[in-house]
Amino acid sequence: MNYEVVIGLETHVELSTESKIFCSCGGHSSPKEPNDCVCPACSGMPGMLPVMNKRVIELAVTAGLMLNCEISRYTTFDKKNYYYPDLPCAYQITQLNHPICTNGVVTLKTSQGNRDVRIKQIHMEEDAGKLVHEGKFSYVDFNRTSVPLIEIVTQPDFRSAEEVVTYLNKLKSMFRSGGISECEEGAMRCDVNISVREEGSDKFGVRTEIKNMSSFEAIEKAIKYETQRHIDALEYGTEELVQETRRFDDVSGKTFAMRNKETEADYRYFPDANIMPIVIDDEWLEQIKSAKPVEIDEKVQYYRDEGISETEIEMLVSNHKLSKLLDDVVAMGCNAKETATWILTDCAGVLRKDGKTLDELNVSDTQLAAIIKMVAAGDINRNAGKKILIAVVEKGVDPVAYCKEMGLDRKVDASAVEGIIDNVIAGNPQAVEDFKNGKVKAKQALFGACMKELKGAGDVNLIRELLDSKLNNL
Amino acid sequence: MKYYATKINEKGNIAVDDTILVKDLPCTAGSRILEGFKSLFSAEAVTRLEDKGYTISGKTHVGEFGLDLCGEFSHYSEKEETIKGAAAELVKNGEIKAALGVDMNGAPRRAAALSKVCFLKPTYGTVSRYGVVSTAASGEQLGVYANGVETIKEIMEVIAGHDDKDGTSLKDAAYDYKCDAEVRGKKVCVVKELLEKADENTKSAVLDYAKKLETQGVIVEEISLDFFDNANTTWQILYTAETCNNVSRYDGVKFGFRAEEYRNIDELYVNSRTQGFNFLTKAVILYGSDVLSKNRYEDCYGKALKVRRVIAEKMAELYNTYDAVLTPACSKTEFKEYSINDAFTKVFSEGVFTSVANLTGTPALVSGGVQLMGNHFSETTLLSLAYAVERMGE
Repeated sequence: MNYEVVIGLETHVELSTESKIFCSCGGHSSPKEPNDCVCPACSGMPGMLPVMNKRVIELAVTAGLMLNCEISRYTTFDKKNYYYPDLPCAYQITQLNHPICTNGVVTLKTSQGNRDVRIKQIHMEEDAGKLVHEGKFSYVDFNRTSVPLIEIVTQPDFRSAEEVVTYLNKLKSMFRSGGISECEEGAMRCDVNISVREEGSDKFGVRTEIKNMSSFEAIEKAIKYETQRHIDALEYGTEELVQETRRFDDVSGKTFAMRNKETEADYRYFPDANIMPIVIDDEWLEQIKSAKPVEIDEKVQYYRDEGISETEIEMLVSNHKLSKLLDDVVAMGCNAKETATWILTDCAGVLRKDGKTLDELNVSDTQLAAIIKMVAAGDINRNAGKKILIAVVEKGVDPVAYCKEMGLDRKVDASAVEGIIDNVIAGNPQAVEDFKNGKVKAKQALFGACMKELKGAGDVNLIRELLDSKLNNL
Repeated sequence: MKYYATKINEKGNIAVDDTILVKDLPCTAGSRILEGFKSLFSAEAVTRLEDKGYTISGKTHVGEFGLDLCGEFSHYSEKEETIKGAAAELVKNGEIKAALGVDMNGAPRRAAALSKVCFLKPTYGTVSRYGVVSTAASGEQLGVYANGVETIKEIMEVIAGHDDKDGTSLKDAAYDYKCDAEVRGKKVCVVKELLEKADENTKSAVLDYAKKLETQGVIVEEISLDFFDNANTTWQILYTAETCNNVSRYDGVKFGFRAEEYRNIDELYVNSRTQGFNFLTKAVILYGSDVLSKNRYEDCYGKALKVRRVIAEKMAELYNTYDAVLTPACSKTEFKEYSINDAFTKVFSEGVFTSVANLTGTPALVSGGVQLMGNHFSETTLLSLAYAVERMGE
């Protein structure tokens, strides 16, 4: 018999906000020491009240717009009660009755063609802290407590593990490029609802839920294992399937039922009286819409049209910071392809020298635009531009002032270049002799000497051309 | 009777109930579960008073989380045969000018009535709840005890006003309190059903007060209203559920009391909370937990939310006709010591006088042993009515 797997997903995504969801503690930026980033509010002390972080609402709405959801104009928070030491108030503030976004759809490109997955809802909530177990003792770290999350709940529209992974990758690149979440390790966590039925049937089989997985690889493995377990049970009667919550063990590659106690809790949801209902009016919604980053597909097409290479496009769309820098520099009147090279080749090269990566890039849009414009205008050559870039990265200098200070902006005309070349030829008879004897390297040395005399200024092509003709006419 | 939980300044002129935080001072809310807890910050109302030059004399005893009649079941206060609120007694004795209290279920109003001082529970959202040990967020409000309404006005002018740290704090409300507004021609009603629930002394106190109002040109009418019992039940469902949830953070893990004996996390929770809470708090937790449970939610909590709206509408309708409602604040003029096992039902039966103001977020003023209630932002009317009667006694 042929079977079909039916999968629905609940995905928690940590939002990239500067502060937590209900207090002013630093949010997303990861603190170094346990309990570094904690205040009376997010550690559950009496007397503190939750104060809504507006940015969380804006990011959640943006995510909803990207996933083609309806945006709720009236949204409320509820309390979910359960005891666990990493949950300081013994309740989590989440959304049950009036979630921020509903009824979306996302289209996946799969080997079977385009597949639509319906989004049931997106809601906002706070994260819990974490426990660290050492020997006899357990320690509580509240750094992650109250970090904002959105939970994206799909309808049971997936039919394979591959589709799930395609969806997750799509969410990831969408959210990274949209500045919604960095989606780094652990910032995206999934609960997978899974059932198996005869192909063609419109009834659902017995559903199990695999909780809290963060690596896509584990999710794929878990789905494949669980699907086979269901099929074996249906086909060979290996076991009786029951509706339950399971966890995936990475080492054995198997799923295991969790204790009932953990799964059959009554969370006693009820409205949170401390947070007034939030109304999203037309004006605010329009603001969020206009600030929404361009959709990836649209963005990719734009980059392609500008002649940026596929490798570069991939780097850009997967990193919001870099694509934003590029877009901003282009908005200042620079060429997109040129700018991409400056960022992804030149900046990356300068950083690599210091053992750093592009994530640590500290060049502002105005600094970079100034350099690119000076080169484009022919005020300086590309080498001089690179020198300035190094100074900007290493010392944070002002590019235009630095250029003047170092005399790099000297416009050198052909006659001055000629004079210098003549001097170099006259001053290096040995090299000239070597060149005549066919040593190519000798010409490079002479060229280098010219550049040194010119202190990096002047048009490189012109210098090379003049040097060539002079040597050939000797 | 021991009035102070913590006394810090002989010359201080403001006392603060121990359900309100003052920086660096212990705060127990009358409960063992908060034993040893010191606050890292002061309540907004406390800060505003200190900024205006008032000084805090100390923290006054309250019943555990303010859940009892008026302070008889604190883990720390000494027993007394006759029940009176600590802050109200200090005000009455003239040891302090005024005190701050949290009115979640009428405890400060009852205390004020028994001690014959004033207490104003202002309109919900008027005074920031930042720094209040919260039990029922949707109806609790910080208020003022004083000997006369002029002092209440003076203190309210300092503590009322928007605070960004409290999401329920009203944004654009203007607070212009008066206690000498014209009362002639104002209409006040006395509710027959509430009067019938009080003893003879209380009943005659209310009727005397009505007569005094009449001599000031106030029109007083007796009316019949049948929804006060429903309002009381509704508030009991809501406040117990919210309290159950808000005190769940006191679990022995982070601060306050932790049981000495436990073998695992479940025992740490159970033992700490069993030993840390008193019988009344446990009754409230169980009741609140029940009304929120999956099988009961729709019939209890869900329904209570709907009834709350209906009662708010009925009260608003009433205030279209009347400027204020005159009622007893509690059924007796004196309460004797009683068993904590009876506290939950006793508090419920007294709640019939006080619940509706918490349920609907409307102001209530206790003065001269009786209660005046009015519509949202009717504080000036209530204060002026009480002031008119107050002056007659001079």
